[in-house]
Amino acid sequence: MKKEWPLWEVFIRGQHGLNHRHVGSLHAPDAETAILNARDVYTRRNEGLSIWVVEARHISASAPGDKGPLFEPSESKVYRHPTFYDIPKDVGHM
Amino acid sequence: MAQVDQKALLEFVLRQGDNTLVLGHRVSEWCGHAPVLEEDIALANTALDLIGQTQMWLGLAAEIEGEGHSADDMAYLRDAWDFRNLLLVELPNGDFGRTILRQFLFDAFSAIYLPLLTKSADPRVAEIAAKATKEVAYHLERSAQTVVGLGDGSEESHARMQEALDYLWPYVGEMFASDSVDQAMAEAGIGPDPAGLRAEYDALIGRVLSEATLRIPEDSFAHKGGRNGYMHTEHLGHLLTQMQWLQRAYPGCEW
Amino acid sequence: MYAQMVKSTGDAVKSREDMSDDERHFQDKVDANIKVEPRDWMPDDYRKTLIRQIGQHAHSEIVGQLPEGNWITRAPTLERKAILLAKVQDEAGHGLYLYCAAETLGVTRDELTEKLLSGRMKYSSIFNYPTLTWADMGAVGWLVDGAAIMNQVPLQRTSYGPYSRAMVRICKEESFHQRQGYAIMMKMAQGSPAQRKMAQDALNRMWYPSLMMFGPSDKDSVHSAQSMAWKIKINTNDELRQKFVNETVPQAEYLGLTIPDENLKFNEETGNYDFSQPDWDEFFEVLKGNGPCNTDRLNARRKAWDDGAWVREGLLAHAEKRAAAKVAAE
Ligand SMILES: [Fe+2]
Ligand SMILES: [Fe+2]
Repeated sequence: MKKEWPLWEVFIRGQHGLNHRHVGSLHAPDAETAILNARDVYTRRNEGLSIWVVEARHISASAPGDKGPLFEPSESKVYRHPTFYDIPKDVGHM
Repeated sequence: MAQVDQKALLEFVLRQGDNTLVLGHRVSEWCGHAPVLEEDIALANTALDLIGQTQMWLGLAAEIEGEGHSADDMAYLRDAWDFRNLLLVELPNGDFGRTILRQFLFDAFSAIYLPLLTKSADPRVAEIAAKATKEVAYHLERSAQTVVGLGDGSEESHARMQEALDYLWPYVGEMFASDSVDQAMAEAGIGPDPAGLRAEYDALIGRVLSEATLRIPEDSFAHKGGRNGYMHTEHLGHLLTQMQWLQRAYPGCEW
Repeated sequence: MYAQMVKSTGDAVKSREDMSDDERHFQDKVDANIKVEPRDWMPDDYRKTLIRQIGQHAHSEIVGQLPEGNWITRAPTLERKAILLAKVQDEAGHGLYLYCAAETLGVTRDELTEKLLSGRMKYSSIFNYPTLTWADMGAVGWLVDGAAIMNQVPLQRTSYGPYSRAMVRICKEESFHQRQGYAIMMKMAQGSPAQRKMAQDALNRMWYPSLMMFGPSDKDSVHSAQSMAWKIKINTNDELRQKFVNETVPQAEYLGLTIPDENLKFNEETGNYDFSQPDWDEFFEVLKGNGPCNTDRLNARRKAWDDGAWVREGLLAHAEKRAAAKVAAE
């Protein structure tokens, strides 16, 4: 069978976004084309944004079995979340 | 502004609007039939930009004409001899290679020409050009990259791209075949005489086509007759037959 | 629907006692609405059924470009042309998102495409009907996208993460499809006598094929029971079809158009409209390949694929050449 274009994962930072976010995937022969394709497929060309593409095979993911150990410690650190703290109403917005 | 010849101005604006109208139509024919989904979507974006530019240019043309017509009337109710587009853009799509090469040859011209129009003495022209310039810069990036990829790709893709260039080349010269309309526009500060842009154009496409390992034909013969409406190809009539059919068959309806 | 008659295992849904530990753990997760992700353990049949379902859904989006694409070059105004083109382009995007979701299950887009082109995989029956007048652009958006949305909205909650995320994106984009279709119908229904005639004619031809989109009744189907247990199917076909009829009848009334069904009437007792079933023999013929456009649709897809081969190969050859040159330079 003929060779298929590699699969790329697309990450986009929008005009007001702080981080690049995974938006989906697509096929492209190389990185340059992957960026153009990402622009056409996933942004319908909004301005002022930034696109990252990574060939899917280069992404390392945490193994499903790790789900517990990787994420549980942070779940117990509830003090990292603002809702952990009761602030009196009189103090105003914080 | 009062001293600008309104007939020449109308002619000039129609040239812009008919180019984008006819090319946008041609590119839209690909929807659902492109070589790969990513290309299908990208071609549709190009066509959508061109249709949007058409609405602005033909809207302005209708305003200059001053007979109460709309942009749609200009697109759907004029006959072939009224059209002022380049022959290049009305040619049938051919294979994907010819379509993308034609797009590149047109984009390269627009990318040089439109930024100059943003300085037009007519603010309406400048405004349309400003919006279109951004879109065209992207079109050029994409079409140039694809032309390089296919020209310098496989043996077959190279051969097809060279064939496309040989076929399209005689239609390039018309972009620079300026006439009294262009001179009137240059004098009034509306837009530059395209004849003066040839060297810059040749340099731009020369860079890309050489990277694409494609050979520019030596014969400099140029077909003409589109931008002055003197003699279009047979293809335009068929395009209009399709595009204008509903408006012609059911006149005066709202859609 | 866009995925009609997807077969799962064919066996009855397993009881908890008959499940292996893995299966029980998996079902617990699904029941708790925790998404299944590509690298998680999943039953083999879940994977296979999903590939079939997502693949069929993707094929439907792509083949679905054709009936509407048929009118892009004849759209009557510049604005209508832009809207229709943007809409059909969206469908290409939907196909793309869904193929990518299927790829996370260990199948490639090319494999799925070849199965479509060789007739081994299906797409929705609806796209084998022709679009004959401009009013069909209205009817397709209104009825076909309307029916599709009815199915896709609940699928946003489906158990498989990539499928669910694709559906969220698709539903966001779908929101204008039905409305642009209905807007065309309004213009036509309020237009000249010829336009009104086109509008009624379009409704006449599209009504029953739209009802068929939901598939035959599946209240007794083991496939559906399994798919529902896995949350890759959320509602029964009859539920969705009834909901569609209930929502569409008042919309047709507003247009002043007549739904071609003499038995259609509101049932005070059930709170639903009673309606006639479509001709299911016709439906099975269409699935078999005997619809009015099956041959044309597949040929159009085959031609696009075959004619595009040199482009895909050429661009890849260029990328490989450049990668090799880069390595050599290092
Ligand atoms: Fe869709
Ligand atoms: Fe849709």
